[in-house]
Amino acid sequence: MSDSWGNLFKAKQQKHLLRSRRAEIVNIDAASMLPVGQRRSYGDVGINEGGSVLDATLLSRFISFDPQAGILRCESGVTLWEVLCLVVPYGWFLPVTPGTSFATVGGSVANDVHGKNHHVAGSFGCFVKRFELRRSNGDVIECSPTEEPDYFAATIGGCGLTGLITWVEFSLKKIVNPSLQVESIAYRDYEEFLALSAGSEQSHEYSVSWIDCLASGVDTGRGVFLRANHIEQPFYLGDSQRRSQRKVPKIIGKGIPLVNRVSLMAFNCLYLLKNNGTRTYTESFAKYFYPLDSLLDWNRIYGRPGFYQFQCVVPFDNASAITNMLDEISRSGQGSFLSVLKTMGDILSPGLISFPRPGVTLALDFPNRGAKTVSLLENLEAMVVEAGGAIYPAKDAVMSAKTFRQCFPGLDEFSYYIDPKFSSSFWRRVNP
Amino acid sequence: MKKLVVFGATSAISQAFLNRVAKKYSTVVLIARDSIQLEEIAAHVRIVSGAKVEVIVSDLARIDTHTNLVEQSCNNGVICALISYGQLTDQERCKSDPQYAMEQFALNGTSTISLSAAVTSVFAKQGGGVLAVVGSVAGDRGRRSNYYYGAAKSAVASFLSGLRSEMLQHGVTVVTVKPGFVDTPMTQDFKKGFLWASAEKVAADIDSAIERRRSELYTPWFWRYIMWVIKCIPEWLFKKLPL
Repeated sequence: MSDSWGNLFKAKQQKHLLRSRRAEIVNIDAASMLPVGQRRSYGDVGINEGGSVLDATLLSRFISFDPQAGILRCESGVTLWEVLCLVVPYGWFLPVTPGTSFATVGGSVANDVHGKNHHVAGSFGCFVKRFELRRSNGDVIECSPTEEPDYFAATIGGCGLTGLITWVEFSLKKIVNPSLQVESIAYRDYEEFLALSAGSEQSHEYSVSWIDCLASGVDTGRGVFLRANHIEQPFYLGDSQRRSQRKVPKIIGKGIPLVNRVSLMAFNCLYLLKNNGTRTYTESFAKYFYPLDSLLDWNRIYGRPGFYQFQCVVPFDNASAITNMLDEISRSGQGSFLSVLKTMGDILSPGLISFPRPGVTLALDFPNRGAKTVSLLENLEAMVVEAGGAIYPAKDAVMSAKTFRQCFPGLDEFSYYIDPKFSSSFWRRVNP
Repeated sequence: MKKLVVFGATSAISQAFLNRVAKKYSTVVLIARDSIQLEEIAAHVRIVSGAKVEVIVSDLARIDTHTNLVEQSCNNGVICALISYGQLTDQERCKSDPQYAMEQFALNGTSTISLSAAVTSVFAKQGGGVLAVVGSVAGDRGRRSNYYYGAAKSAVASFLSGLRSEMLQHGVTVVTVKPGFVDTPMTQDFKKGFLWASAEKVAADIDSAIERRRSELYTPWFWRYIMWVIKCIPEWLFKKLPL
């Protein structure tokens, strides 16, 4: 397994395997430590160069589940897929899910993940009722919105820096059927995307769109808008809970990238061609929410150099900043597969330095081409700052300390709750 | 009533096995030494399987307790039992610490034999059942690098081979499980290569071997051929190999 999903770093760090949620981290002899789960964050937020990482993947037990009230308590290393396998047959679903089900519950709290229902649900942190934090001085702090509310707020979206989350209790979402009725609508430009988003906010629980950031000229801004609701009819479970798992050979990850301008343009064109016009279809939740999970280690297609991921959000008032960014990306010719464009709603997270906030969010991969890519990312960063937006730490690998400070006004207060022995490569970069 | 008994429930293979199969049973009995971990696993298994889960705290290395333990756990209608516990013996320490060496042999070898005998005698009385015992490919041939561990696993394998034959007439199946390298906390200090398998993969193979009532399972499958090659090497050559 790579140290981070973007394969950008080969970190020198000690690994400590946590064997129990009662593990004493006081006794761990390390210069600094950082809890990690499945390490699906793209950049360096899950890396602690020169220090230690506390591997929480064995903390994978359920603790309690109330199938009447839809409340689950589990260890932090349980993956979102494991949660779904348990709760879907009882008519429950994750309240919020990111684009991969390999992520852990602990990681979902620490990065305060969001999903396609942000406009109606908010982020994962909005559904967290309680969790336990273990600190390096031996303190065990149980946090909820009313008990230790400061630690609660600092830990949600706190990038794992406030201590080790050992278990989490959160509420689930009631469903009749896990499958989705999806409507895909091709759009021509960014304005049309905004109109579709606004028009779907009330009627559809999930919405997302794919935009072709390689398109130029008259095609600039074209994309496909996907909106969906859970089906209302009861279901037969069948094999809806199976996910196919195809592997990408390791050798591909060591070679030259398979992603280049020609393969990308071909892919994007084919995808848009297939989704021309308006279509309605039914899709399993695994396919709808986690299209890339069926291809294990898909990050290997970027070869040895790895890739950067970029995600920002800009306020609705400055929504046009996204057009400028798309122009910049298109000019640079460095964009990758279909980029994600989505509007985020105004339900605020309890997190002190959470990323999700109202506005338009843009996310995309950039194959690592060295200084050229970093300079593009820096240009985009400046545009985000100018628009009063924010960059997502879980995906970032280049943001400056100054930008971080501007994106997250709660930072000074947050610093007070950091565990003195906890740190990460990300944290040292944005807090030199 | 369908009942499953797991001896050594806190081992990584047992946990992966329970995650996979517990929902097939109405009652699951978990046995291990560490009472806190055992309660944690029991709560987890109750949630994922909906089965009735009982726990018995017991040190399986203590052979004198086996008869009682098996009477207590394997009463009324057990259809499947898994024995999966042990420690990776420190070969170097064995050479200077015979006490430790024999304790390890007792834990990995004799205690497993004693338990297998006790469980199958109950199965024989009730006229059926499947016992799966997790051994190791290390038991197939004593190698320079870990023959203390290998000898214990070899004793278990020989014993099970005879036991399986005797139990045939009683309708009892004995499955010898021989995993290769498994990525678990027991082996966390090893450098992992392409031969390594996850506990989940091993658990899936054990599940299917039990369903199909196989006698001997190498998991993953290619270990059968690796070990076949290793067993074919003549002794005059084998003794010179740094294996």
